[in-house]
Amino acid sequence: MSGWDRFLDSFLNARVAWEYLPKIVEGFGVTVQLALCIILTGLAAGLGLAVLRALGLRPLNWLIVFTVDLFRALPPLVIIALLYFGLPAAGLSLSGFAAAWLALSLVLMAFAEEIFWAGITATPRGQWEAARSTGLSFAQTLGWVILPQAVRMVIPPLTNRTIAITKGTALASVVAVPEILGAAQAGVSFSFNPTPLTLGAVAYVVLFVPVVILGRWIETRFAWKR
Amino acid sequence: MGVEGVGVEGASMTRATSTTQAAPTLVGRMRPPPRAGGGNPIVEARGIHKHFGPLHILKGVDLVVAERELVFVIGPSGSGKSTLLRCLNRLEEPSGGSITVDGIDLLDRRTDVNRVRQRIGMVFQSFNLYPHMTALGNVALALRKVQGKTRAEAEARARAALDRVHLADRADHHPAQLSGGQQQRVAIARAIALEPRVMLFDEPTSALDPELVGGVLQVMRELREDGMTMVVVSHEMAFARAAADRVIFMADGRIVEQGPPAQVFGAPQQERTRAFLGQVERH
Repeated sequence: MSGWDRFLDSFLNARVAWEYLPKIVEGFGVTVQLALCIILTGLAAGLGLAVLRALGLRPLNWLIVFTVDLFRALPPLVIIALLYFGLPAAGLSLSGFAAAWLALSLVLMAFAEEIFWAGITATPRGQWEAARSTGLSFAQTLGWVILPQAVRMVIPPLTNRTIAITKGTALASVVAVPEILGAAQAGVSFSFNPTPLTLGAVAYVVLFVPVVILGRWIETRFAWKR
Repeated sequence: MGVEGVGVEGASMTRATSTTQAAPTLVGRMRPPPRAGGGNPIVEARGIHKHFGPLHILKGVDLVVAERELVFVIGPSGSGKSTLLRCLNRLEEPSGGSITVDGIDLLDRRTDVNRVRQRIGMVFQSFNLYPHMTALGNVALALRKVQGKTRAEAEARARAALDRVHLADRADHHPAQLSGGQQQRVAIARAIALEPRVMLFDEPTSALDPELVGGVLQVMRELREDGMTMVVVSHEMAFARAAADRVIFMADGRIVEQGPPAQVFGAPQQERTRAFLGQVERH
């Protein structure tokens, strides 16, 4: 067998690919579910924290900054492991899916808070003053004037960070979640052939290229008329 | 509006200026007599102090503005004139003193500042239009969210306000699609749509190219003709001469001199005023 044939047999083995394709497709579904849950809760929690921080209550802000710095500093895999292997010791056990969801949501929340906060502080002070001078309350000003501008401003870094953290769903394979990478690895150990990993890589590309394109579309869609 | 009234008022003003820095017990004498044409004070600010950290920006300023009066505030930069204006709707919190607007104590803790602010329109040097909304949206926002009008009602009112600043045909444009002068007129429409009792202008033409200033001043002139009470911080001296009822000269956080424009510009009583006007005119 030549080197080329061995390569083809290892990574593009049609028989193995066909056999494990259904598992990868199932994994694809799990990854999509996990990713959507993380994006939803992570972004919502991040926005919520940024809004709370805008209230300007010192002790609350220290707490927010501490939490955010903590989850930005910790490697996501460490958080997943702590939640999955550590919590049962405290009498609370989470499924692998729940542990991965919670851990990555916390990480996305931390980064999203910083990004939303940057957008809020980058919105000119004059916008606050103009809105407040017409009688809008703090909350109305934030909701109708500041956030629409702040969010538009931060959509590029926000999509980047969201995509980066959503790709972290692959870490869930460590805690036995049968998402794309988990399914592929299982396929490799059953078939003694790395072709399922090739399928997994293809699955990630199929999943994330449209997400990247969607991000680009959102960026142009929400840029305001000039 | 009585032109005679302005003259009387101006005369008493000049007498009053010398007491500006005296004890607060003399404050009562500084109050201008009611103007012949209107008279009710809309804005009554007494003994306003403002500190920014170690800086003492306003050092006991009294400002009473009568209904339908157009008061011009001039002075060198850093004299506290913008800060004074921003205290009048509590965008700045005064460190001391009292402010009554349209009979409501602005500094009382129980006062709903958002409600009073609808009666005090403000126009800023940098327009501060909301860039994500059309001109119509900018004007209609507070009508809907603060005054609780329906979308249709708010938009009808907003269109009427845009019409008053001659921009009815620009209702669907975003701020970035408008010239600076048009943006400033939309900002004026945003304020007058709420039917305020007094309008505050904070250097409304300073950020404009010279050829765009005229349109904004024209709108301000029309507002005055409609009887709007106005306090204007600006360096448009020619406009002040022509349109103001009273000119106030501020320096170092105090009112140095005030009176009708002919007097303040033509025969300033204070050395500080003469020096300032000399510098402005030389330039």
